[in-house]
Amino acid sequence: MVFANMLLVFMMSLQFGMYGLMIDNSLKLFTGHMQVQAPGFNDEKKMRQTVPDILPLARKIRERLTPARVAARGSTFALASSKDRSFGIAILGVESAFEPQVSSIPGLVKEGRYLTSDNAAEIVIGEVLAKNLRVRLGDELTLLGSGLDGSFAATVVEIVGIFDSGVKDIDRNVAQIPIGLFQETFFMDGAGHQVVIAADDRDRVPELLPRVAALLPASAGLVVLDWNQLQPGLKQAIQADMASSFFMYFVLVILVSFSVLNTQLMSVLERTREFGIVMALGLKPGKLGRLVLLETAIMGMMGLLLGALAGGVLTAWFSTNGVVFPGMDEMAAQFNLPARMYPKVSLTTLFSGPAIVFVFTMIAALYPAVRLNWQKPVDAMRVA
Amino acid sequence: MTAVRCINLCKTYRQGDVDIKALDHVSIDIAEGGFVCLSAPSGGGKTTLLNAIGGLDIPDSGEVYIDDQRIDNLSKGDLAELRLRKIGFVFQAYNLIPVLTARENVEFVMQVQGVLKHDSADKANAILTEVGLQGLEDRRPAEMSGGQQQRVAVARAIASKPALVLADEPTANLDSKTSDELMTLFTELNEHYNTTFVIATHDTRVMQYAKRLVRMLDGKIVDDIDQRAA
Ligand SMILES: Nc1ncnc2c1ncn2[C@@H]1O[C@H](COP(=O)(O)OP(=O)(O)OP(=O)(O)O)[C@@H](O)[C@H]1O
Ligand SMILES: [Mg+2]
Repeated sequence: MVFANMLLVFMMSLQFGMYGLMIDNSLKLFTGHMQVQAPGFNDEKKMRQTVPDILPLARKIRERLTPARVAARGSTFALASSKDRSFGIAILGVESAFEPQVSSIPGLVKEGRYLTSDNAAEIVIGEVLAKNLRVRLGDELTLLGSGLDGSFAATVVEIVGIFDSGVKDIDRNVAQIPIGLFQETFFMDGAGHQVVIAADDRDRVPELLPRVAALLPASAGLVVLDWNQLQPGLKQAIQADMASSFFMYFVLVILVSFSVLNTQLMSVLERTREFGIVMALGLKPGKLGRLVLLETAIMGMMGLLLGALAGGVLTAWFSTNGVVFPGMDEMAAQFNLPARMYPKVSLTTLFSGPAIVFVFTMIAALYPAVRLNWQKPVDAMRVA
Repeated sequence: MTAVRCINLCKTYRQGDVDIKALDHVSIDIAEGGFVCLSAPSGGGKTTLLNAIGGLDIPDSGEVYIDDQRIDNLSKGDLAELRLRKIGFVFQAYNLIPVLTARENVEFVMQVQGVLKHDSADKANAILTEVGLQGLEDRRPAEMSGGQQQRVAVARAIASKPALVLADEPTANLDSKTSDELMTLFTELNEHYNTTFVIATHDTRVMQYAKRLVRMLDGKIVDDIDQRAA
């Protein structure tokens, strides 16, 4: 039982650690923890769902919300054309000085460099897009789109960087230009589309959210969305995965409970004679049954505590040293996870599994305890 | 008051194809302060009768009363309570609790009764001395001879001064001297505390101490002698 509890703690910790990593990595890449947007923008991505005067607003949030990291973005779709080819892609206007704080993409530039000014005619594109357009560093791209007022918008930019985020969709469909250039090209009149905010810890989002909301100009009718609203798929995927692994835990719990039922039944049967004697001497069967339950409870408690302790120690060790799975390197690279997993110990992972085992253990012990009531002392004593 | 009253007790065991009448319409009244010996050849039904009187086993038919309270229809819990308060048992096969020492075995009943640990330990030591086991208080049953174990069983039965003592062959493993000492102890308890004794035995030495001798054969009472008159 101790071992099973230990295993439960470790597996749950590892799993929650993995979820945490998945979420964090995914958010770090692009989305951030919170975004200020016009209502409806997250779903519809319409050009005119803007955040007016976005740079001053971003600056204000940045000043008031230290140590949170804040960057403004503009976002639209445009046709990107090289000498040979054209593709429709998403164009992001970014604050080159602050974007690296909220997104890991600037750090993933493989060739060339990231954007350095807010107005230069520069662009960084993904690796896949570069291949598709058949362009290299220093080549020029023409961007064609429509401005905020519906008029024709166009500009020519030089490719200064090519990034490899590891996520094919982003590498194929996303390009970044300085926000000043973006606003000028698409006639934004000082507006943008998103203020991206990254907290130092995902758990602080619920606390920060209202503070951000309080900083928004009342007249503009803007909203603050948290990461779960921004990427609803993320939590769903994790929930689906959790459902399947909870089935596994359930099986484990049932197995442990049955082994407890077995041991407890055996230990009662073994002592049939003793129990017969004490009942013959005048101990009520009900009282004896309660003693047997108490015995199981003490055993179960010890199993719970020892298991949680052992699992906690094991997990703690691995959470500083990491767990390396054979063959993980390739997989990890693909899913943008590090090659070592760091399981995460929390009260939930530490006690929820063992607690359920404990409950089932007690249920399993009910049968041998109740069974005592059916036994005649004389029959019990006759057992040699 | 009658300490024990049995009316028309029957108990049949099936062994293979034959029915064995362990008790065959047994009726007996035992007055409070009685000192009764049940004598019968082996298989005569002594143990079965004692078990029925003590509520350890329910007869097939008939009625059992302890202190004018009918007990053959009580629940298991109520029967246990009754044994705890009123009856001391000496089982034929001693039936000590192997993991407990002699003292702890004797203390057990008192502990279940709720006697304070301090008092029960003192009483247990005193009783063990009375049955001649001083110095063996901390031995476990496996470390004692049959006769010693038997005396621990006796000590356990009388430790809490029950009103009724049911003893099944209490002297089976004792030499004549120890048997005499034990019977003298029983007689003293009977006289001082008016404790009722029902003793199953085929030891004629034991029968001499009895005020009343009941003989059984094949589950029936065949003889009932008041020995005080003799
Ligand atoms: N559990 C049982 N199953 C079947 N038969 C039994 C059972 N208990 C007792 N008997 C039978 O009932 C009869 C009476 O048994 P009992 O134990 O009352 O005899 P006893 O007088 O105590 O004998 P002993 O002096 O050998 O202890 C015997 O024939 C015995 O074989
Ligand atoms: Mg017998």
